[in-house]
Amino acid sequence: MSPTAAMLLPMAEGESHFPPDPSLFWQPLVKFGTVDLFGSEMTLAITRPMVVMAITVGLLSWWLVATTRKAAIVPSKGQAGTEAVYNFVRNGVARDMIGSRDFLPFVPFLFTMFVLILFNNWMGIIPPVQMPSMARIGIPIGLTLLVYVVYHWVGVKKHGAIGYFKFMLPGGLPGWIKPFILALEMLTFFVTRPLTLALRLFGNMFAGHLLLVVFIIGGWELFLQGGLLSLVSVPAWIMAFAMTLFEALVQFLQAYVFVLLAASYIGGALVDEH
Amino acid sequence: MTGDISLIGYGLAAIGPAIGVGLIFAAYINGVARQPEAQKILQPIAILGFALAEALAIFALVLYFIRLPGA
Repeated sequence: MSPTAAMLLPMAEGESHFPPDPSLFWQPLVKFGTVDLFGSEMTLAITRPMVVMAITVGLLSWWLVATTRKAAIVPSKGQAGTEAVYNFVRNGVARDMIGSRDFLPFVPFLFTMFVLILFNNWMGIIPPVQMPSMARIGIPIGLTLLVYVVYHWVGVKKHGAIGYFKFMLPGGLPGWIKPFILALEMLTFFVTRPLTLALRLFGNMFAGHLLLVVFIIGGWELFLQGGLLSLVSVPAWIMAFAMTLFEALVQFLQAYVFVLLAASYIGGALVDEH
Repeated sequence: MTGDISLIGYGLAAIGPAIGVGLIFAAYINGVARQPEAQKILQPIAILGFALAEALAIFALVLYFIRLPGA
């Protein structure tokens, strides 16, 4: 049973609310069967986030092609809109964080990341869908892996495989402290950065989605109670509306933060020796 | 009364990042009020600091959910 359906059922006598467990979040639309992967059984299936992701990729491709196919020096309305988004990523994120010397090769990557994450996040509040695909940890992990590979790759390319580790050490340290700082820096470069990047996006979308569900379904449940409690559902739904607007802001901010941090990691791997 | 004590843990864990986020934006507003032309430089720094502080609260939420079911 889906979590939503479970919450909509009238509660039996003496039954209380339960915290959700992972099984409630696994609702495949189409199941194909199971495969054995590293000793654990995995189900091959199409899920709602996958469908949302496919829809957003299709719409984004259509939008970008339609507004830039007849690109002109004096832009049409659609082209001007696309250019505004592109300029925001190019100048506001890539150039500021990577530096004006070598930011250009990374602009397409960051722009793709930004529009993909932003659109997928907004799918969390766009009415017929209302499913933020970034609220499934697998998708942020995939995006983070791309960023991870890119910033280590450019770092190694610029400083060399051994030079990259030397580069992590700030200069002017006394000799005995160097191993500790190197260990800390390696922890930052290889564990903390990708972990926080993926978990921040996932956690925000997940928490936002839960918040909306709590206010909307909670309001519905109060409404079903009858009597005075029905009246309480009105402020609950007003809160749901206010939180939807707040979520639109948070969702934009998370897409921005993701590309901002990705750009700062790339920029950090590209700076000259300390 | 039934419930889950780890949720109280999450509530406590959210206090620190909340104060941190408040301090960061207070400093950002102060900076812009004193020197409005510095806004463009301060904004990415403020958002970056906000993201780093907020990540801690998000970790607490994620940890609340990934504990073993029934534990």
